[in-house]
Amino acid sequence: MKRHLLEAADLDRADATLVLDTAAQIDAALVGREVKKLPTLRGRTVVNLFYEDSTRTRISFELAAKRLSADVINFSAKGSSVSKGESLKDTALTLEAMGSDAIVVRHWASGAPHRLAHWVRGSVVNAGDGTHEHPTQALLDAYTIRQRLGRLEGVRVAIVGDVLHSRVARSNVGLLHTLGAEVTVVAPPTLLPVGIGSWPVEVSYDLDAVLPKADVVMMLRVQAERMNASFFPSAREYSRRYGLDAHRMALLGDDAIVRHPGPMNRGMEIAAEVADSVRSTIVEQVGNGVSVRMAVLYLLLGGAPA
Amino acid sequence: MASSPEPARSTAPKSGEPSAGTLLSAADVARVVDRMAHQLIERCARGGGVAGDGAVNAAADDSAGLRDLVLVGIPTRGAPLARRLAARIEAFSAIAVDVGAVDITLYRDDLRLRGVRALEPTLLPDAGIDDRLVVLVDDVLYSGRSVRAALDALRDLGRPRSVQLAVLIDRGHRELPIRADFVGKNVPTSRAQQVKVHLQETDGTDEVLLIDGENQ
Repeated sequence: MKRHLLEAADLDRADATLVLDTAAQIDAALVGREVKKLPTLRGRTVVNLFYEDSTRTRISFELAAKRLSADVINFSAKGSSVSKGESLKDTALTLEAMGSDAIVVRHWASGAPHRLAHWVRGSVVNAGDGTHEHPTQALLDAYTIRQRLGRLEGVRVAIVGDVLHSRVARSNVGLLHTLGAEVTVVAPPTLLPVGIGSWPVEVSYDLDAVLPKADVVMMLRVQAERMNASFFPSAREYSRRYGLDAHRMALLGDDAIVRHPGPMNRGMEIAAEVADSVRSTIVEQVGNGVSVRMAVLYLLLGGAPA
Repeated sequence: MASSPEPARSTAPKSGEPSAGTLLSAADVARVVDRMAHQLIERCARGGGVAGDGAVNAAADDSAGLRDLVLVGIPTRGAPLARRLAARIEAFSAIAVDVGAVDITLYRDDLRLRGVRALEPTLLPDAGIDDRLVVLVDDVLYSGRSVRAALDALRDLGRPRSVQLAVLIDRGHRELPIRADFVGKNVPTSRAQQVKVHLQETDGTDEVLLIDGENQ
């Protein structure tokens, strides 16, 4: 394993499999236990440095670090010296001077974790940077898929929606490709990034044609906060062509599963009856997220300090 | 204790140190496991039995003691050893003994020194370990640190009535106040040597080797 986890490409196939296997063992070891705590990272300090709002990811990282007995400092840009104009570098160096061993960072600027990794001695874990990457989300997607379907090799995954702005899509394409899955992205042409041709994916504009062949459908959130141009004519039209409703869900194979990284826009990209169906893995991913992040923290921090 | 049936390997032993070679052959391993299984059965009978009662009562107590027993292996090789001991106990006493495994990686105190490694499964019997007699099973007892980590892990998993330790090989050089209750074979070693236990389940063959040189 590398010292940092900044993007899906930091994990080769062996590393990614190690993370998933470790998460599975942790899961199995903790299930049904009264004391859901392990002493592994006792005395280590993990800082959650969040420049962007988050519910799932921050709580999930916090819980993961605490279950491994690390000390956790939660830092959100709101209400800190960042509002007085302190830079990312100064903030990070301050946190490190206070003895942090790892920084889990979410930032609105793509690439911020990479810069951070050059400034600090500890490990940096990217918890989502701008429209770039969100590797632990991809790991938990891969983990959940493997748990439900029993394999990743050859699994056909359709990633549907706002691929252009989605760090989840970018990380998932990278990681799923590394692990041997076949990925198809489905989106209106305006929501596909320039250079999609160089990604290891198939591209389709027709959701109905892709669904019958898919083992996994991953719906992406339409990110209203990033919709600063007219990417599609109207929400209703987007929903009609690229939304997953009960009618479309019926096209899926019997074992196919539906994923969404959350937070969901119910009725927009995913209909409520789909989100709440048995195919949906949207709630179980929360528990899996903690196990996967425990595995990442253990593998990055458990060993010798670099 | 039977001595090693095979002659030492040709590597010249340093003066005052035991010579390298095969400590136990496949047949020896089977014999030692059988003996440990008998000792466990005896111990359970004594622990659970009421002294002075008739044979019928003693037999009933015997099985009650064994039903309380949980053999918990420490991966990698403690886990198959625990399963073998359980199988032998069942063969001798016709009582199925619960078996489990506790991975201690996340409880080790040397992770910082030796780096992280892949985890192995932790499995406990459905009945759990609360108020039962847990016997930890490992292949080699050396510094005692693995056992300490296993005790820490057990504390998070439940509250056994009592915890004991069974090892195939005790090679000495303890760093903690820990001793084994059941020992397959005591082997005096030097710290510069390695004891390698190979089992059918993990290595394709049953043998115990003593090797000169600290690493591999």
